[in-house]
Amino acid sequence: MTTPTEQFGEFLMRDRAWHPPAYTPGYKTSVLRSPQKALISIENDLSDITGPLFSRDELGALDNDLIMNYVQDGLPIGERILVHGYLRDENGRPVPNALIEVWQANASGRYRHKNDKYIAPVDPNFGGCGRCITDENGYYFYRTIKPGPYPWRNGINDWRPAHIHYSIFGSGFAQRLITQMYFEGDPLIPHCPIVRSIPDEDAVRTLIAQMDRGAFVALDSMAYRFDIVVRGSRATLFENHIQGGK
Amino acid sequence: MHPNTPVYLKETASQTAGPYVHIGLAPKQAGFDIFENNFGNVLVTPETKGERIRVEGRVFDGSGAIVKDVLLECWQANAAGRYNHPADKQEDKPIDPTFRGWGRACSDFESGVYHFETVKPGSVTGRHGKLMAPHINLWIVARGINIGLQTRMYFSDEADANAADPILNGIEWVERRKTLVAQRTEKDGQVVYTFDIYLQGPNETVFLDA
Repeated sequence: MTTPTEQFGEFLMRDRAWHPPAYTPGYKTSVLRSPQKALISIENDLSDITGPLFSRDELGALDNDLIMNYVQDGLPIGERILVHGYLRDENGRPVPNALIEVWQANASGRYRHKNDKYIAPVDPNFGGCGRCITDENGYYFYRTIKPGPYPWRNGINDWRPAHIHYSIFGSGFAQRLITQMYFEGDPLIPHCPIVRSIPDEDAVRTLIAQMDRGAFVALDSMAYRFDIVVRGSRATLFENHIQGGK
Repeated sequence: MHPNTPVYLKETASQTAGPYVHIGLAPKQAGFDIFENNFGNVLVTPETKGERIRVEGRVFDGSGAIVKDVLLECWQANAAGRYNHPADKQEDKPIDPTFRGWGRACSDFESGVYHFETVKPGSVTGRHGKLMAPHINLWIVARGINIGLQTRMYFSDEADANAADPILNGIEWVERRKTLVAQRTEKDGQVVYTFDIYLQGPNETVFLDA
């Protein structure tokens, strides 16, 4: 018998009605890239409750500073912002030592990517990616330029709201998550077919960072607060079947 | 609310990784160099124990077209069948300190081929003490995929272990089990397992909700 507070257990079932379904025809690319057959549900085993671990030594000193980490001959152009928040699990526990990676367009909505042909210019001093590892309280922060919205080939006049892409690890591979953060007050949010792939309005709201005046840096940067939740572990109240019946 | 109502936070909702996922997760493939230390598709060092293998394949959409902007991550046990993670308490199997067990690969923009350089994993003990067949866990994201797809890759030269594997046996449709088995070949003295993934259609790969 194990104790109910064991650190690593199987994860709470993912609520697939809260997440976007695979097939969302308003987002046209999903039509041919969504499985038609049902997912096969399996009980968690060691392959799911374990996952890669990362250390701060693997990151560079400027990895969480998108304003400075691609500077060539000056500062990037655009709104200077800080983004910060806490990574927690569904039980409300902090998730420490987790890798968070972010990427985004520059202030004019242009990505530094060989496949992006949008007319808006690349900023020579802005790369558009960064990463950090949460501290013992699950806290993370980075500094960047607020991304601009940009047009894309979906509907003829579809534009993405300003957003920052997030990749998040927990302690187990079954917690792996990619999402996008939007900005409070952006009028493009309710029109976006990618946002609308999420059926639940409350779920959409969890993706909208809120302006955080308390964290502004005077005469320097505005700030946004964005908390993230990954799957929580179930308490193992009786026998633990994950490792086998020894 | 009743004081005994269980309260859980809701998991942050997933969104597609989009076509420019490489900027954040594989910037060299996006076309620029920014980080000193890049995460990639080579899981082994010269000291890593085990049989060296190459896992490669392509991802197809529902029209049969090759998906060329996909990103895959793998997570696997070492050659002894142990995960490099504190939740793995199989004390009889050694941890290989030179093997994290995780890698990240992108399909080539021209050919659509992805690949990992790794070792063949050993068998891991599953639930209720049942041995699982050697396998590699895969997670797939791309433009058009709203939530990452999870699957497992098994090995064609492990037929007996595959026949006893609790996950494969949990797939009611016997015909679909073979979509998870990679084919072993040898090219220029290197062991290659080919694992093509079909997102949609008649040969659709089995995807898991773990």
